[in-house]
Amino acid sequence: MSLAQKIKELFTRKAKIQTGGGQKAIEKQASMGKLTARERIKTLLDPNSFHEYDLFVEHKCLDFDMDKKQLAADGVITGTGTIYGHPICIFAQDFTVAGGSLGIMHARKITKIMDHALKLGIPLIGINDSGGARIQEGVNSLAGYGEIFYRNTLASGVIPQLSVILGPCAGGAVYSPALTDFVFVVDKISKMFITGPEVIKTVLGEEISMEDLGGARVQTEISGNAHFFAQSELECFDQIKKLVTFIPWNNAQKAKSFPPKLPKEYFKIENIVPPQSSKPYDVRDIIKALFDDSDFFEIHERWASNIVIGFARLEGETIGIVANQPLVLAGVLDVDSSDKAARFIRFCDAFNIPLITLVDLPGYLPGVDQEHAGVIRHGAKLLYAYSEATVPKITVILRKAYGGGYIAMCSRHLGADFVFAWPTAEIAVMGPEGAANIIFRNEIMSASNPDEMRKIKVQEYTEKFANPYIAAANGHIDSVISPSETRDFLIHAIKISENKSETRAKKKHGIPPF
Amino acid sequence: MNIEENFNSLEIDSTNYETRLTKKFLNRKPYEKSDPLKLIAFIPGAIKKLYVREGTIVNPGDQLLLLEAMKMENTVRSSVKGKIKKIFVKEGESVIKNQLLIELE
Repeated sequence: MSLAQKIKELFTRKAKIQTGGGQKAIEKQASMGKLTARERIKTLLDPNSFHEYDLFVEHKCLDFDMDKKQLAADGVITGTGTIYGHPICIFAQDFTVAGGSLGIMHARKITKIMDHALKLGIPLIGINDSGGARIQEGVNSLAGYGEIFYRNTLASGVIPQLSVILGPCAGGAVYSPALTDFVFVVDKISKMFITGPEVIKTVLGEEISMEDLGGARVQTEISGNAHFFAQSELECFDQIKKLVTFIPWNNAQKAKSFPPKLPKEYFKIENIVPPQSSKPYDVRDIIKALFDDSDFFEIHERWASNIVIGFARLEGETIGIVANQPLVLAGVLDVDSSDKAARFIRFCDAFNIPLITLVDLPGYLPGVDQEHAGVIRHGAKLLYAYSEATVPKITVILRKAYGGGYIAMCSRHLGADFVFAWPTAEIAVMGPEGAANIIFRNEIMSASNPDEMRKIKVQEYTEKFANPYIAAANGHIDSVISPSETRDFLIHAIKISENKSETRAKKKHGIPPF
Repeated sequence: MNIEENFNSLEIDSTNYETRLTKKFLNRKPYEKSDPLKLIAFIPGAIKKLYVREGTIVNPGDQLLLLEAMKMENTVRSSVKGKIKKIFVKEGESVIKNQLLIELE
């Protein structure tokens, strides 16, 4: 064979495999509103940046006539490429090839690219679209999953890991995304569950559709398993690209700086927070008024929305923001909001992203359901995550900060580097009504007009304690600042914290209350 | 703030906050103390066998019914001494979680 023929043969071989599961399967994929694995990679990555490896890998299964079947690239495409110039490792399961089912060689391709990502110190993106374990391969298929989970865990906190669910992801397979940092889902395309509708029907007699059991809405609104909801695959890819710009390549680096930009809505900041602490407002308006270009990239927008988390930039540097949301459930902490914020804080801490916390909360949500759901255990995660974090931690108390909620929201006592408070801040053991009822119980009860007396005492307490000055007098906060000087204070605090270092007692790892 | 919206009220430590309530919050089930005289299905499944009839006198530990769920047969026993007042299910019937099965007196 001449050299030219050999090169031609290479291209023929490649072309054959690159058609995946063949025209029919590709058409079926399109009819479900889904792109093929190759199209997905091409759309997500920078043009011509994708380099594929292990194209010629074949499965080794001999049972059930599998030896007669060739599965193109064994149902998964792996390689490296760039997003806005950031290098990444990627794998995409190819549903057109045996339903994207995972056999041992398929898994080995994934673990190989995961090992690359970890060694190269670059993010990993996994596109999941698979019917699950390749049953014919039996226990080898399970081995494959286990080896992926193990690497997800080793890579956790070292490189960012993103999971994109663009099809079914069921049974054990869901645990790889669950171990990664961010999960993206698309309406009507993504389906995640441990046990599917059929098993549930047989075993429990309950009928439910795949969509209602584990569709994109369920995972982003009810369970909180997924972080980002999109209407289409293209919208989903835009979300991934945007996220990549906010995070560093690995835990030894910082996120890339951008040119500083003034907030577009800066002028509004004085008028957002109503002085009456029982009145709602949207804390995202404060975030937009404080951060660069009023650009806030919210995470977990649809779940536990009584707390708001996400990324923004301050003078071009990535910041992780945690803010109580008075618009929803008065901004209380509860089981879900504590979970949501705690995990995000740990991500920011692992990847050198400073944290800014905006506080306005009445405390914890009362209720039997909360207590029985373990609000003690879940709430403790937030205390743990804040206390454990050694990145710069800056807190701004916007308005109410009562009781345990005050402590939990990155108070000085949990190691905040700077704590600022607005003149509207009310830092107290509880709201004036509750406090007056307890402290002045006898006076109120014995008064000739208890209601009148209660009003007087509440007023007395409010004037004396519902302000930032007692906390300031005790040094629990560093400065009382006006809303309009807040951005300057934050920029300065972040800049001078750049070389912050904190030494902690040596340990293998902590034991957070997961 | 200029949101034109009718907010709900949420009371925390004697203060009423104007705010939005979430679906999850609104769907909370009020706590109910369990009544030892009412036998409810602790898991969805099917009634394989009834060991008692209305009027039967039972003692703590006596078998009441066999509930098959998750491919397992669960013998459900009485936790109290009493008389079967009413049986709400038949053998072979599928039941959902928390369905009332038997009432004692």
